[in-house]
Amino acid sequence: MVSIGAAVKEPGSTRKNKTGSWRTFKPILDKETCIKCENCIMFCPEGCINKDYDIDYDYCKGCGICAEECPVKAIKMERE
Amino acid sequence: MEIPEKEFLAPGHRACAGCGATIGVRLALKMLGENTVAISATGCLEVITTPYPETSWEIPWMHVAFENAAAVASGVESALKSQGKTDTTVVVFGGDGGTADIGLQALSGAMERGHNLIYICYDNEAYMNTGIQRSGSTPYGASTTTSPHGKESFGEDRPKKNMPMIMAAHGIPYIATASISYPEDFMKKVKKASEIEGPAYIHLQQPCTTGWGYSPEKTIELGRLAVETGSWILYEIEEGEFKVTYRPLQRRAVKEYLNAQKRFKHLTELEKDRIQSHVDAVCIELKV
Repeated sequence: MVSIGAAVKEPGSTRKNKTGSWRTFKPILDKETCIKCENCIMFCPEGCINKDYDIDYDYCKGCGICAEECPVKAIKMERE
Repeated sequence: MEIPEKEFLAPGHRACAGCGATIGVRLALKMLGENTVAISATGCLEVITTPYPETSWEIPWMHVAFENAAAVASGVESALKSQGKTDTTVVVFGGDGGTADIGLQALSGAMERGHNLIYICYDNEAYMNTGIQRSGSTPYGASTTTSPHGKESFGEDRPKKNMPMIMAAHGIPYIATASISYPEDFMKKVKKASEIEGPAYIHLQQPCTTGWGYSPEKTIELGRLAVETGSWILYEIEEGEFKVTYRPLQRRAVKEYLNAQKRFKHLTELEKDRIQSHVDAVCIELKV
């Protein structure tokens, strides 16, 4: 039979690809200053900030949206 | 508003740093939950989330050609219905190219037949993944690789196709515009779309760092500028009733939005004024 497409049977398997290696600037979150507004969680393109405000550096590409959108400037971008 | 914690789009995808599309999809899937089937037309989203043999999706997902995402979603919806699985949500993610240009007739058919599905157009205003070619959704004045600015050409010389209003003309029960920079507004609309029986269409504006020409951390800021200047208006049409869902307290000058992007860099003051008058006219018409 002629193949008509392809199937990937492992959901979420892009996790194998650690995009953290793309990063030039690293976001450092200061939990003392953080007011838990959820902006960074909501706006992260990777979805790699969890509800405890821990950043998963395996996947963070360092875009800096979290630092830019933080209303209390609790996130600083530092060169790797 | 309570925002579900669970993510249905895994990290490790190949989107550019600062991608707006993945933000939009993440937020939409949070609201739709795991009992959802997603269909994607060809486009950025498909390319970045499924580099074979990997996938970012944690719900059933299907990629089909540029032109037939809505047709395939119609089939999926009908099949689920015949199996009695009416509580499963069918959602389509099409880019502006796959929606306003190539997939328009399949989308029109699906809407007209009244399938119970949600169509979300993530609009980055050009064909970004193939190298920033203009689409029907590219706004007036924008420079793209097929509407470049220079001696012979001015940039995009046609206005942006008004997709939400084309959908409204189909008389479907729910149409909305949204922006990733106003997540609660967007998520409420997604929720509403999933609860409504029949077709729903959401047009999501989503800034693109590569194609619009701005620094990646500014993605949300750019989306906000579009709305605050009146260049992109957030509204919904529920059962024929039009309602603006967000009004900027004081509209900012369109120049602020244009000047923040490389694709509008070539515009003269006269052209910027022309765009401002156009935006003013639309805002007056829609009472923003």
